[in-house]
Amino acid sequence: METGENQLLHIKDLDVSFEHEQSTAHALRGIDLSLNAGETHALVGESGSGKTVTSMCIMGLLSVPPGKVNGGEIYFKGRNLLTLSETGRRKVRGKEIGMIFQEPSKYLNPAFKIGEQITETLILHLQVERKKATEQALELLSLVGLKESKRILKSYPHELSGGMKQRAMIAMAICCHPPLLIADEPTTALDVTLQLQILRLLLRLNATFSMGILFISHDLNVVKEISDRISVIYSGKIIESATKRQLFENPKHPYTKLLLQSIPDAKKRGTRLKAIPGMVPDAEHIPAGCSFHPRCPTVEPGCKYEIPPAVDLGDGHKAACYLTGKR
Amino acid sequence: MDASETDIEAIRTKLGTDRPILTQYVQWIWKVFHFDFGRSMISGQPVTELIFERFPLTLSLALLGMVISIIIAIPLGVISAVKRWSFWDYLGMVFSQIGMAIPSFWLGILLLLLLSVKVKLFPLFGSGTFKHLVLPSISLGVARAAVLLRMTRASMLEELSKEYVITAKSKGLTERMVNYKHALKNALLPVITIAGIQLGYMLGGAIIIEQVFSLPGLGKLFLFGVYQRDFPLIQGGVIFVAFVFSFINFTVDILYSILNPKIRIS
Amino acid sequence: MNRFIEIKELVKLYYGHGFFNRMRSAVWAVDRVSFGIDRNTIFGLVGESGCGKTSLARSLLYLDPPTSGNVWYDGTLLGNLSTKELRFLRKRMQIVFQDPDSALNPKMRIQSSLAEGLINRRFAHHERTERINHLLDLVGIQPAHSQRYPHEFSGGQKQRIVIARALSMEPDFLVLDEPVSNLDVSIQAQIINLLLDLKKEFSLTYLFISHDLNLVAYLSDQIGVMYRGRLMEQASAEEIMSHPCHPYTLRLFSSMPSEQTATGEPDEIEPEVSKAEAIAVSHGTCPYADQCAIGEQSCSEAEPEMKEIGQGHRVACFKV
Repeated sequence: METGENQLLHIKDLDVSFEHEQSTAHALRGIDLSLNAGETHALVGESGSGKTVTSMCIMGLLSVPPGKVNGGEIYFKGRNLLTLSETGRRKVRGKEIGMIFQEPSKYLNPAFKIGEQITETLILHLQVERKKATEQALELLSLVGLKESKRILKSYPHELSGGMKQRAMIAMAICCHPPLLIADEPTTALDVTLQLQILRLLLRLNATFSMGILFISHDLNVVKEISDRISVIYSGKIIESATKRQLFENPKHPYTKLLLQSIPDAKKRGTRLKAIPGMVPDAEHIPAGCSFHPRCPTVEPGCKYEIPPAVDLGDGHKAACYLTGKR
Repeated sequence: MDASETDIEAIRTKLGTDRPILTQYVQWIWKVFHFDFGRSMISGQPVTELIFERFPLTLSLALLGMVISIIIAIPLGVISAVKRWSFWDYLGMVFSQIGMAIPSFWLGILLLLLLSVKVKLFPLFGSGTFKHLVLPSISLGVARAAVLLRMTRASMLEELSKEYVITAKSKGLTERMVNYKHALKNALLPVITIAGIQLGYMLGGAIIIEQVFSLPGLGKLFLFGVYQRDFPLIQGGVIFVAFVFSFINFTVDILYSILNPKIRIS
Repeated sequence: MNRFIEIKELVKLYYGHGFFNRMRSAVWAVDRVSFGIDRNTIFGLVGESGCGKTSLARSLLYLDPPTSGNVWYDGTLLGNLSTKELRFLRKRMQIVFQDPDSALNPKMRIQSSLAEGLINRRFAHHERTERINHLLDLVGIQPAHSQRYPHEFSGGQKQRIVIARALSMEPDFLVLDEPVSNLDVSIQAQIINLLLDLKKEFSLTYLFISHDLNLVAYLSDQIGVMYRGRLMEQASAEEIMSHPCHPYTLRLFSSMPSEQTATGEPDEIEPEVSKAEAIAVSHGTCPYADQCAIGEQSCSEAEPEMKEIGQGHRVACFKV
């Protein structure tokens, strides 16, 4: 486990559940994730796996009833965010950690111009004067590749195309030059060509400002583009964590292996896709032991009782499966 | 003593009622376009004069009522939504339930009893000063405030559940900025439309309230017109009210399109 | 016309609203598209949002009749049919959409949703039940669950039910418009396998529409690339994967995420013109001219025709 001064984000054993009248949804069951300064780390999982809950928790945006943090720590720049007061957390949001979301048309306020949505953050966090803030906003818009920055500054969100809105949202999120950006499926709603542009933009920002990126997605192909490290989350637990290379060339966990095999591409023409049988369990009815065991082709009796711990396979590659190391 | 045949005939010719209905109707429409509503059968005065004499009073009453209902309803509605399940929320909900249940004239009478008879704070009847308008406009305003409050609360709740609020929070904006800058601006848009249209209803409600407070406004005018079968007055009144209502709706539409950036462009 | 489905010069125009707009900006959602689909094959139609693929699907099936052009279904010209004849023929052509929630009536038990088509075809009650159970079994839903409502099923299951319903009409031809885009990755593979099994069992023909190039490349026999209402390139899947010709096709393929960003190319900014405007203006020119890497002035002055450049490989470009 890397400890170290350049560890920007370190989530330790985070446990979160949602209490409803009849049942409790155990969204995160003790996850560990580390991100170093300037690193791009992808969190990959299907819907219901807990990836969005993770990002909300880091930002402190979990709706606290019904959500509840049962345990764990989120260290950001050495401080445990979960011990901060609401004011303390608010000061971190936007200033130290920025966030971008999936559908810019829904996530941008339709009643305010783009310029206003950027400058208000600058004025609040950096105490910049309005005039200076406007200048900075123009610079930011150019930085994210919007050439007509003056026009866009004065535009409302609905006057922009999808790609432009997403870039504007990125400008808003990074305006205070935060050391960490959380990107929650930012390209899922975009066309393929736009997707690539946005990914490239994010990588450029990452390189230019040494800005760490936590990239959340369900698409392994997209993640391949953008990440140094990848953590795979299933049913509220990180079941594999590795560098990009390690994950794609040598996946260890059966879920990861099957997932990679089930993705269609031209090379698999003529062969049948190896689909994973069954469905992702919902957070209210998680199977005992290894939550993947009902769907696992290599399941053994021991898998049904105890949750497998993360096994260190060397070089920072970890997988939570009883059968790794045996093969 | 009954009128003689000749007298009846003479009046018929004078009023034009001996001509076929269709002709009468066409003539009347023609006159309406020239803003000539004819003359009152009772007083002989031109109907337009009568209406415009009394319109300002009714209008001021309605406007004041609208202002009061907005002042009560909107802040309370917004806070209800922001601080759900708090004291303010319960207060708002109770208020809106009661407000919708009580008729405005009942409230008017109650206020009169309490504040004009028991405690001589406000005048009992008549018109002319601002003091005369206070109680009637409160009676009007409170009843409509109940509806406006619910709408405001619902609109605000809806906006607060939208995704852009999450973005605003993620930028580290204070709760105040998130609620009262970001969400409120969007929530107020439909509310303003409703508030504008309220004015039309206020005018209608004013007519009843005027009776309670003996105010010499349009309400009394039209009511007596009905009692006395003063047809030109009634007809003129209906057209006038319809016109005013349409005008209000039209203005509200324009206002909405000015305020809503999405519509403005196209 | 010996192909199973043949489309020639299909056009779908959408007019602006209002008296004055009618004369001006008509949107060429589908702009003279021609191609054919052989029996028992999968034709994959790729393109980004706004390219017209959904409009094409709807016009093809006469759900929203085309403005002009011809569609032959198994030798029959659809435009010549009366409403009654068309309705009869349409049973053989079914469509599956992206969102199963809007396709299934939330107030109807799935048994009833599936029975509708069968009632129309005048099957007796017990036979309907038998067929419904058989269909559900085929798509992997337990027949015992047929009394449930749509909201009791997951996304993947709902999509299976939609497919079962399409099959209840015993079609030959299935149009699938982004059928797995809303589903989780692990479910997508299940549905794709199901579609392939069904195709084999019932000798079905598919028009598979998607923006997911990997998926289309995996599934299709023939691939067509659409841009702003026009068909820009068409070839067999192998041919187009190994020798993509049209600049837009090249751009699409190179955008497929899989380790390219190391190239250090600048992230270009797309032009600030709304899609509808762009489509309206591009009629009469090459629609891709303004973004094309190898475009020239001449490309904006005339329309390129689809020409055959090899074994069934057609491209609409001046520079190829």
